[in-house]
Amino acid sequence: MSSIKIRSKRLKENTQLRILIAHPMEHGSNQDKFTNQLIPAHFIRILTVTCNQKVVVSCEMGDSTPKDPYLAFMLKHGKTGDKITVNWLDNLGNIDSEEHIIN
Amino acid sequence: MANRREFLKKTVVFTASALVTCSPSLHAQWSAENFPPHLLDDSIVNREIIDTDLIEIKLPKIAEKDVAIAITVTSSLENIQNIAIFVEKNPIPLVAKFNLSPELDAFVSARLKMTETSNVIVLVKTYDGLYRAKEQVKIILGGCGT
Repeated sequence: MSSIKIRSKRLKENTQLRILIAHPMEHGSNQDKFTNQLIPAHFIRILTVTCNQKVVVSCEMGDSTPKDPYLAFMLKHGKTGDKITVNWLDNLGNIDSEEHIIN
Repeated sequence: MANRREFLKKTVVFTASALVTCSPSLHAQWSAENFPPHLLDDSIVNREIIDTDLIEIKLPKIAEKDVAIAITVTSSLENIQNIAIFVEKNPIPLVAKFNLSPELDAFVSARLKMTETSNVIVLVKTYDGLYRAKEQVKIILGGCGT
């Protein structure tokens, strides 16, 4: 199952996109409570949102982003049938992507 | 044959150790490249930063430590290139930097976490210059704020 959930909502003129990603977002300076060792860094570096294969947002995430990041954007004049794709790349080289069609 | 085996073993150990030792430095490099803490200092940024009230930040006034806080940034500025959100006193201040295309409205919603009471700074880069807005969030320990 994909780690990304996308929801879209048609408002008066715009379309709101809401994205929720399941990811630990460990920044590498947290300690394990039981072993007292540092938890290795595992966080999303770049997230891109495309609309009909055109990049709309590219987002660089930092260490102050909490676990399971949530983002929302407002798309101007979104139409029914527009294809939204979200993909991310983390520091371990993992990637994931998800498609969504505005209805 | 033994030599070859030895060689292979060494290469594996070498690459593994290289990966292990490189990863923290890579992490540091990434942070340094894209989220420099010194960006907050006006003197280092070679462009002038203008304080403006055209950027609207929606944040709670009081929040708990290390718990996700919702932030919504809207702006009436035009020709926005990117929006960056910083927490002043976090070890690495940058929360996220959004490069927005003209097809998007100046609206961004995200979550952030904070370690202590500090300002949340939003920097908006347009073709005309850099704009900044601030909002303070008070961080309390435990659930009940007094």
